[in-house]
Amino acid sequence: METDLFESVTECGCAAKVPAQDLASLLRGVEVPADPAVLVGADTLDDAGVYQLSSEQCLVQTLDFFPPVARDPEDYGRIAAANSLSDVYAMGGRPLTALAIVCFPSKLVRQGILAAVTRGAVEKLREAGCVLLGGHSVVDPQPKFGLAVTGVIRPQEVLTNGAARPGDVLVLTKPLGTGVTIMAVRAGLASTEQERSVNRSMASLNAKAAELARRCGAVCATDVTGFGLLGHAMQLARASGVALEIGFDGVPLLDGAPGFAEQGLLSAAAYTNRDYVGDAVRFDDDVPLPARDLLFDPQTSGGLLICCPAERAAAFVGWAREEISTPFGVVGRVVEATGRALIVVRRRTRSPAEAGGDKP
Amino acid sequence: MKKTVDARGLACPQPVVLTLKALADAAEVTTIVDDQAAVENVTRLARSKGCSVAVAEKEDGIHLTLRREGAPAEPAVAEHVVVCSSSAAPAGPLVVFVPSDCFGRGPAELGERLMGAFFHSLLEVAPKPKTLIFMNSGVKLVVEGSRVLEDVRALAALGIEILVCGTCLGYFELTDKLGAGQISNMYDIATSLLEAGRIVEL
Repeated sequence: METDLFESVTECGCAAKVPAQDLASLLRGVEVPADPAVLVGADTLDDAGVYQLSSEQCLVQTLDFFPPVARDPEDYGRIAAANSLSDVYAMGGRPLTALAIVCFPSKLVRQGILAAVTRGAVEKLREAGCVLLGGHSVVDPQPKFGLAVTGVIRPQEVLTNGAARPGDVLVLTKPLGTGVTIMAVRAGLASTEQERSVNRSMASLNAKAAELARRCGAVCATDVTGFGLLGHAMQLARASGVALEIGFDGVPLLDGAPGFAEQGLLSAAAYTNRDYVGDAVRFDDDVPLPARDLLFDPQTSGGLLICCPAERAAAFVGWAREEISTPFGVVGRVVEATGRALIVVRRRTRSPAEAGGDKP
Repeated sequence: MKKTVDARGLACPQPVVLTLKALADAAEVTTIVDDQAAVENVTRLARSKGCSVAVAEKEDGIHLTLRREGAPAEPAVAEHVVVCSSSAAPAGPLVVFVPSDCFGRGPAELGERLMGAFFHSLLEVAPKPKTLIFMNSGVKLVVEGSRVLEDVRALAALGIEILVCGTCLGYFELTDKLGAGQISNMYDIATSLLEAGRIVEL
């Protein structure tokens, strides 16, 4: 019998995240002791923590796990692994070791489902050159799986979400719409090809994207996951003290995603993200509702949002066309913070000439 | 015919899925939900299907009454009415039907150039169609290498539904070259054409 992991869950993937607002108030109540070796900690809401070991080396550490996002256990394992590894890539790091976090119903363990999930995860770890050291499992009626990943990085090569500079060009390296597409798959409204393409996108590693970020001299990047493109973009803008302009026409999308959004196949988390971003974003009037919704759609194992230095943007696009297997796009640019909206979303990206004539 | 869907306590996408099923054979559907995400999602569904929706908060939950445009309204039920389809007659969505890769009848080269100009203009003009249907040699317009592909993608990004005939792609051996839209079948295409308020054929 075919296993359909969706039958065992209510929330999917990164849509199952605790809302950012709740996390922020939680962290306010806890005093985390300061340590000079911590280069990136919990305060900037970055993708992974960075701890300096020596003048030459830092540890990059992250942990991520979530309920099933695919019907097939091996797909789920591949996606969970790619998603966990992504946080290390988003910091510019090289993943070395991983530990599995497993919460699973005994019945699915006996049926060999957990073994299949692990097989998928190990396949991706091997592709990343990362080893599985072990893990810990707990019996739980709702399955969850993920990895804690440790990597290394040189201190001067850390990509934070707090180093964007006005003029940088924003590139997104995977298509948006995993949230609505997973919903459509669960609703039986997605085609087989649409299901395949969302799984393929979620399971692809951000290794190459991180390598290109380094090659183009970027110092700022983040991966786009549960808080949606705008949630993560807002965190990046805040941490960097800049504002962003997004042009929807440049945003890569999964096939069918606008239609799914239009039909109301949004997860509750998409609305939570919209509330989280609140007034920080201003949409031009001609940006249609499905487009707005997709920018709040929680992503599972999304792409990297890279702030590419403007003079290398053309080169980046050329490399990405050759070397990145997922659709990517130039989605906007970094501008000076003006004290007005942190992010402006336009239907179309404006040419630099038009942008130069911007009036207050 | 009227139907009621009780979607209280159900996580998304269930309220949308159940409402969609009920709409298949009822002109008026009332869906009862108990959270805001479901209210927004069912409202979006109504809008995408050209239905009006009335929202009423009652003791047992939030009642969303979806009515196909054209179906007669029950008097004095709704506290707060949102009319979702365009008020312009005729009822039903605007569909653009593209059965050929050549615009009009005449030299192929000219037809191809006109086709490019048409899709480019479509990005600029209003009202936008709800659906674009590509059939027969029209499917060649939405495969890799087509000069209008970028514009069709931009239209898709605006939320316009792009249906591409799967049989036709297979006939021209272009299935793996599809660059925009979703592969569709005659059932869905026929439904779109028959439910259309207006069809523009190129």
